[in-house]
Amino acid sequence: MKIKISFLIIYVLITTTAYSSEGQNRLLEVYKNLRCLVCQGQSIADSNSDFAVTIKLVVEDQFKEGKTEDEIYKFLMSKYGEWIIYQPAFNKNNFLLWILPYAVLIFGGFIIFLVVRKTKHNKVN
Amino acid sequence: MKISISKIIIFSFTIFFLSVFWQGLKKNNNYDTKSLIGSRITSFQIKEINNNDQYISEVDLKKNKFTLINFFASWCAPCRAEHKYLLNLSNKNKEIEIIGINFKDKKSNANNFLSELGNPYNFVGKDMNGKISILFGVYGIPESILVNSDLIVIKKIVGPIDKDQYNEILQLAQ
Repeated sequence: MKIKISFLIIYVLITTTAYSSEGQNRLLEVYKNLRCLVCQGQSIADSNSDFAVTIKLVVEDQFKEGKTEDEIYKFLMSKYGEWIIYQPAFNKNNFLLWILPYAVLIFGGFIIFLVVRKTKHNKVN
Repeated sequence: MKISISKIIIFSFTIFFLSVFWQGLKKNNNYDTKSLIGSRITSFQIKEINNNDQYISEVDLKKNKFTLINFFASWCAPCRAEHKYLLNLSNKNKEIEIIGINFKDKKSNANNFLSELGNPYNFVGKDMNGKISILFGVYGIPESILVNSDLIVIKKIVGPIDKDQYNEILQLAQ
């Protein structure tokens, strides 16, 4: 009986620790993706400024209320604009920034292909 | 003179990237209040600083033609500097109700601050942990938000109110 109770206690301890650390990790991920607007190049996770401390409290509260990460980001964007998020959402204002690296990659590949083909062609001739 | 297509493309890309960076550098993203101007303030409930049973909410603000919500604290030096303008506003313009929200402060210090400098506020609320300030998109204090009776933000001032901003508030609240 004693062994069973000990196992039960260990099980409960392990699961609660795992659950709380998972919650902490999720919180930390959100903090890392939020810009501290009153600091120089720091995220909310890195900063201990008044602003960052308050944002952490609000995010934690909203997590406890069961809000998703997207809902939290949307709430903060409605108050501080998109600048508060490090990874901005895809929209008509920034679609070029998202697409351009891929376009440059494809275009660069095409240029390399042309150059190689031209070089081969010259060698054959 | 023959100019190759690749040179034109490289030149165009260089110009494009430089103009993107130039635009990016010109844009000031610090204390950007654009997202709040024209938006409606969210629901809130703030307790009175000296009386936990007394509240103010967005419903009360609808009764006012204009409301100036001012975040202040006794430990904030710029708040002292702007205080004379708040006192002037409360004396000169009866169309504006001024709500003070005491930010991360001690009750006794806040009361001393108001006794010493005068109380321009129609209601003084408390925000001990700063969570209410986030509802209003506040960066730090002092900060002031002017809303109309539809609860639409018409002006947001980050930092202390100066003479120009004081005049602008008077103009907007006519």
